[in-house]
Amino acid sequence: MSSATLAGLVGAALVGLGLYGVIADPQPLRKILAFNLIGSGVFLVFGIVARKGAAAGLSADPVPQAMVITGIVVAFAASALAVALTLRLFEETGRATLRPDAGTKPPDDGADAE
Amino acid sequence: MSVLQALDVGLAFLVFAVAAWTVFAPGPFAATVGYVVYGLLLSLVWIRLFAVDVALTEAAIGSGVTGVLLIGAAARLRGAETTPAEEALTGLTRLFAAGLCLLVAAALAAVVLLLPDQGPTLAPQSMERLPETGLGNPVTAVLIAFRSFDTMLEKVVLVLGVVGVWSLAADRYWGGAPGEARAERPEPTLAFFAQVLAPIGILVGVHVFWVGADEPGGAFQGGAILAAMWMIVMMARLTEAPQASAFWLRLALIAGPAVFLAAGVAGAVVAGGFFAYPPGLAKPLILFIETFMTFTIAVTLPMLVAGPPRREPRR
Amino acid sequence: MSLALDLFSIAAISAGVFFFLAGTVGLLRFPDALSRLHALTKADNLGLGLIVLGLLPRAESLLAALMLVAIWALVQLAGATAAQLIGRAVRRKGPAI
Repeated sequence: MSSATLAGLVGAALVGLGLYGVIADPQPLRKILAFNLIGSGVFLVFGIVARKGAAAGLSADPVPQAMVITGIVVAFAASALAVALTLRLFEETGRATLRPDAGTKPPDDGADAE
Repeated sequence: MSVLQALDVGLAFLVFAVAAWTVFAPGPFAATVGYVVYGLLLSLVWIRLFAVDVALTEAAIGSGVTGVLLIGAAARLRGAETTPAEEALTGLTRLFAAGLCLLVAAALAAVVLLLPDQGPTLAPQSMERLPETGLGNPVTAVLIAFRSFDTMLEKVVLVLGVVGVWSLAADRYWGGAPGEARAERPEPTLAFFAQVLAPIGILVGVHVFWVGADEPGGAFQGGAILAAMWMIVMMARLTEAPQASAFWLRLALIAGPAVFLAAGVAGAVVAGGFFAYPPGLAKPLILFIETFMTFTIAVTLPMLVAGPPRREPRR
Repeated sequence: MSLALDLFSIAAISAGVFFFLAGTVGLLRFPDALSRLHALTKADNLGLGLIVLGLLPRAESLLAALMLVAIWALVQLAGATAAQLIGRAVRRKGPAI
């Protein structure tokens, strides 16, 4: 088995692992981590597509590589927004849970009241 | 099995094991540290796939800057770690979820195994047109010339990300500064580290950006290193984050996509196509665009990590 | 001459790997945070130093060799700072971490 196929298989396993984390872990921060695992698994599968497109003296097709670079940066922006939402939820309610019926605490001293 | 193959298999197991740790680790902090290690290992995998540009981006942004963001969040969420038992999935649901995820992974693995040895590729076309751009690194050429529209929109996503994060500020903090205030007496060790590292890091960042035209590197990787330098100086509390309402900051945030878009529109007028570069002028134009993009990335990433404004604006 | 250089590279890199291994074992086996830090920083810096030393004869140019040395110096700086910060945190909050 070539190292590219091996990397692709790792990518497939990472997608499965991350998906399980997103579904099974109740904490938002852990869900963000798991979501990033899915993302990097997909990037790896893209990486093997690039590697299989080796031609014209290049060892990998540059187009999928460029798209992965773009993807990594966009994934970071999405993570940053998700983290900011989680932290704001924690500030508002004193809890970081996605359960809709979770109780809310009153805002601190009314200072944050809109 | 050759030594290199054995190393590949070992690396694959290591990546998978550390990824499993980030999912199953006992606490969020341990999981986050695991994720940073995972990102660094992943960049080694990218090197084995002969994608050095991606490896650099993964190490700098996927592992480094994301790591700072997540570790900071894990530290601030420390009080919320305990999870009520009723939130966890029950045994049977958990098993069902695991089965489904296994199915998805198996389907993807089958696709990977069924891929033809020589897939469809755009590499010959990229190499054929590479001389026209004046660049030596085909990945940079794809990013800034062949698929420039994608890259420009991706910069817009970064700006929208900052807008989204800032929008989460409480009303009275709107327009204020995020992060910690500048300290009168900063932590001496960290301050020393920041003072020594920042000049070297800025040099390395500019170098990585500059060699990106011909070798692995470029605007993303160099910009991320510059961003890290600003972040470490802010972390040492030698300086503080600018106010969100600062005019120069807003100008810096949109400089990259704005210059890119202007060049694209100018191409429609001068070179006969949206995002077409006039022949002969391609390389200087690409470097000009990349300079502004590097600058915007270096400003955007720290703003995304710093989070929404947390102090009242000074008038 | 090239054989001697190769042997030197192999010897230095092997010694470096040994220090990395020792440092990792120390990190996993030592009982408290401070001794784990001791194992990590001492062994890792020496290990990386030896690996860089072994790679120097294989560098393509003087610039590449200087870059290798710069990497080692930067890791020294970062490692020392991180160890100092962790050590201070341990002293402030007690060795329970």
